[in-house]
Amino acid sequence: MKFTIGWLKEHLDTKFKDSEIIEKLTDVGLEVESFEKVSSDLDNFKVAKIINAEQHPNADKLKVCDVDIGEQDTVKVVCGAPNAKKDLLTVYAGPGSVIPKNNMKLTVSKIRGVTSYGMLCSESELNLSDESDGITELKSNKYSDKVGKIFFKNNTEKVIDLSITPNRPDCLGVRGVARDLAAAGVGKLKHTSNIKIKNNGAQKIKVSITKEKNQGCTIFGSCLIKDVANKESPKWLKDKIESLGQKPISAIVDITNYVMLDLNRPLHAYDADKIDKEIIVRNSVKDETFEALDNKEYKLDNDMCVISDKSGVLGLGGIIGGTRSGTELNTKNILLESAYFLPRSIRKTSKLLNIDTDAKFRFERGIDPQSVELGLKKASKLITEICGGKVSKFDVQKIKKDKKNKIKFKISLFERIAGFKVKDKEIIKILIDLGFEVSKKKLELELKIPSWRPDITQPIDIVEEIVRIKGFNNIRTLEPDKTRFKATLNKQQKLFHFLQRSVASKGYFETVTWSFTDSKFNSLFKENYKEIKIVNPISSDLDVLRNSIFSNLTSYLKKNLDRGFKDVSLFEIGPIFKDNKPGEQLTVIGAIKSGKISRLNWNEENRSVDLFDAKKDVIQTLVEAGYDRQNLFVREKSPSYYHPGKSGSVYLNKDDIDPVAYFGEIHPNIIKKIDIKTEALVGFEIYLDYLKDKKIKLKDLKSQFKFSDYQKSDRDFAFVVDKHFKAQDLIDIISSIDESLIKSVKIFDVYEGENIPKDKKSIALNVTIQSSEKTLEESDLEKINKLIISTVETKSGAKIRS
Amino acid sequence: MSDIKKIKDEFLERLNEDLNIESVNEIKSELFGKNGKISTSFKNLGSLPAEERKKFASDLNFVKDELQEKINKKIQEIEIKEINSKLENEKIDVTLPERNIVQGKIHPVSQVIDELSSIFSEIGFSVEEGPDVENEHYNFTALNTPDNHPARDMHDTFYLDDKKELLLRTHTSPVQVRTMLKGKPPFKIIAPGRTYRSDSDQTHAPMFHQVEGLHIDKNINMGHLKGCLDYFIKSFFEVDKIKMRFRPSHFPFTEPSAEVDIGYELKDGKIVIGEGDKWLEILGCGMVHPNVLKNVKINPDKYQGYAFGIGIDRLAMLKYGINDLRAFFETDYRWLNHFGFDPLDVPSNYRGLSR
Repeated sequence: MKFTIGWLKEHLDTKFKDSEIIEKLTDVGLEVESFEKVSSDLDNFKVAKIINAEQHPNADKLKVCDVDIGEQDTVKVVCGAPNAKKDLLTVYAGPGSVIPKNNMKLTVSKIRGVTSYGMLCSESELNLSDESDGITELKSNKYSDKVGKIFFKNNTEKVIDLSITPNRPDCLGVRGVARDLAAAGVGKLKHTSNIKIKNNGAQKIKVSITKEKNQGCTIFGSCLIKDVANKESPKWLKDKIESLGQKPISAIVDITNYVMLDLNRPLHAYDADKIDKEIIVRNSVKDETFEALDNKEYKLDNDMCVISDKSGVLGLGGIIGGTRSGTELNTKNILLESAYFLPRSIRKTSKLLNIDTDAKFRFERGIDPQSVELGLKKASKLITEICGGKVSKFDVQKIKKDKKNKIKFKISLFERIAGFKVKDKEIIKILIDLGFEVSKKKLELELKIPSWRPDITQPIDIVEEIVRIKGFNNIRTLEPDKTRFKATLNKQQKLFHFLQRSVASKGYFETVTWSFTDSKFNSLFKENYKEIKIVNPISSDLDVLRNSIFSNLTSYLKKNLDRGFKDVSLFEIGPIFKDNKPGEQLTVIGAIKSGKISRLNWNEENRSVDLFDAKKDVIQTLVEAGYDRQNLFVREKSPSYYHPGKSGSVYLNKDDIDPVAYFGEIHPNIIKKIDIKTEALVGFEIYLDYLKDKKIKLKDLKSQFKFSDYQKSDRDFAFVVDKHFKAQDLIDIISSIDESLIKSVKIFDVYEGENIPKDKKSIALNVTIQSSEKTLEESDLEKINKLIISTVETKSGAKIRS
Repeated sequence: MSDIKKIKDEFLERLNEDLNIESVNEIKSELFGKNGKISTSFKNLGSLPAEERKKFASDLNFVKDELQEKINKKIQEIEIKEINSKLENEKIDVTLPERNIVQGKIHPVSQVIDELSSIFSEIGFSVEEGPDVENEHYNFTALNTPDNHPARDMHDTFYLDDKKELLLRTHTSPVQVRTMLKGKPPFKIIAPGRTYRSDSDQTHAPMFHQVEGLHIDKNINMGHLKGCLDYFIKSFFEVDKIKMRFRPSHFPFTEPSAEVDIGYELKDGKIVIGEGDKWLEILGCGMVHPNVLKNVKINPDKYQGYAFGIGIDRLAMLKYGINDLRAFFETDYRWLNHFGFDPLDVPSNYRGLSR
């Protein structure tokens, strides 16, 4: 919404300074986006000084001038004027300028082999006088200190640009803005009732609004203006239109635009001679077509509100007119339309046809239905003043009686919501200034809502009106209330925050990537999940919701490797999606690690990252989060994007069905497909939703402190087992022999090769034995030794290695 | 007796010489070995007359202890000397680099979410969450934004089905609806999370973060809203004074609605919050619209309160001087390293939000 202060003052009697008006606009909720002059083509003309003028090498009558235009370097301009000479002050027009006299646009050009940057102008070229014999000569006493300054004064007024919220259609017109300012105490709103117009004779084109279901038009007002002479708009009107950065077209079009901007009252002018007999406002029929003023042909659906005549559709009511009945410079007789269209209907039609116009924008927010006649009056008066012609009586067709809506407002509601008091008298004054009709009934106000305020329907709307006009700075700042009803974080949220920092503490950089991803990458990681397409993706490489965090993580890893990083550890904690319904999402940590450990370190051997790095990080994270390492169970099963032989899944307990985490090397095929160049790439995922709420709280766990002071003994064993026998099972067998005595089992060597049969391996373990009741005797230890050997041999088919 | 004295003097003298450990051991065995001089003397005790025996034994013991002590001292001396001379050769260049450090980082958005949680926890708020995929009812209709409302155009929505019923939430406000539907008032929550809008340029990302706030009780009015935000902004920017401006605005789900600006100035190209006469919009808020309360079966004549929505990424940018929103989501290792936080740097109220 743009307008000038001058225009505003046509509606508002005020002595306030511009800056005060600007501030007040923002205070009442009409946010000022900018307040500045619209730049003009004439800004390109600058005061300049010829520093040097030499003869053109290839032309007798031309000179090559070095011109100071107030910038660091002078510019070279080729000039044919006899008076061009050193030290002359004149007017320079740079490339891109449009010469006022002939509308010629300047470009950088070669004149007889010498490049000329712009032009030095004569008075005639600047429309200053008829003098065309030489370039403009500026008096040095007036201009010598103005070199580089803009020559023409920019006479346009500063323009206020407001950002109007969708609830305030009334402020899409200058008058509405003036009314709000008046209510807020910035002057007085001027009356409009004294627009007088002579209108005689009936409006001879019959207008009817069909009564049918979903009729989008309820009021259609019109008048006929005969014998007009459409022309260029007068200067004041052109200036107004131009000050808003719009282009004047013709008087009639400019006037309808002016009234729309002034009163938020859209109008439409038809060439009356092109209307076939009568106007019928009706619903469209499927597949009707018409050519609109944007020169596009539209094919309509059922139930779109159209203005038609006997031959067919003339325009889409309240959205866009048609070319068939448009006004031109030679239009003689016009039919002026001022109508009311229902916002819902406008919105539906414009969405379906994908049309956005100024009229549509206004009608969809709600036009004052009672401004129909005022609009006709103001526009036809201006038309006759500028273009002549005779105005008919106004014809207003209505299919619905419009009456003002009423609400009852309990005055106490204001203080209850706003938290401060305003006197009843002041409340009433504010509402009257805003256009309400107010009658006080004890503790209540009975209000008739102004017809231009479709946004006001209930008491809370009245509270808002009062508080914004009174000023938000009147709201007190109350000490925040500190009552608590619930713990800040629930268990799952605590877990989220804990795991996030736990993973980061292992050297991973946390990243946040889009929840969507490239379907090509996603398909590498989606497993059995459904692909979830975004109907209107922002780009084709972000076209699906992610089924895994790895799709984004791996592609960003690649970018970092391409930047020259080698050892990159990244993780993200966030949602992955199972389906396109609310709640069908899981919270997952995905982490990846590339390259080497201890690269370029003088005292440590470097090595590629491997699956046991990933396993350590995932297990340690779970242990830190409070899950007992003894209970964690690992299986070989893992998703297909991991290396099939070098990956696994982690379960909280041996009997669990759902794994809580995966770890391993990323599948070599995927590394190849994404084209990741690194020595090694491992990763892990933790599924937060599958991590069971630990029943026992940490404080309870802490309270059970048990330990033994009796002597510990260590025994080493080496068993030869089948190559595929799982180390975890061996530990399990030994640990469960006597849980009260066997405190820990550690594997310190795994060996295959010489002295061991081909299909076997040797596992060497260290077992810590300790009793909580006594110091074990050699004989006790011997007993448990034997038991370990015999149990392992029977249960696993292993042989003790002698 | 003189024998013993002689032994004593002789050996003390020998022990005062510069000896190595072997010679000391030799002396030790000469004295205390099986046939050592002291051992022999003890053996001879029995042959002495009873009246002399006691005195002799006592003297002998005395000499024995003295020699023993001298020997031990000598051994210790030699050992220390040996260690010291060894240390001379064990010097290493301690300026050589340590073993590789691994330091992870927390993303600034996560850090700011933790800061917010800590700030609002202090005044009794709890944290709620909602799904990223929403239906249009929770995202719009229940929030008093019916299908034909132009305010819907202000949200460029990502849709997940052709009927436009399923979508990615355009704001965190649906969490208000979900929270109120599943519980009973009073409500006092914040809801941080991901939000999505289908525009993308230098200042807009298709995904960003918001935190929603909601406080519903019997007497919560705009003064409480102002107080809460005043507290929040001061705490977050860690300043004692803040210039704050409430500007009337419009959101379908609150009424009256306001946008909040904070004062700032530019010092050496950096934004300084709380001073200066420039205004920066940082959040939207208002009193929860009675229609929203009715939609979640709460009687607006009994309960009322405020809601607000703040862009988390923007808060992070302002507080930590980050210029480019897009960079938040581009996973540039250098950026993450520079703007990320140490995982041990957990924002909390007692030790301060930031170091």
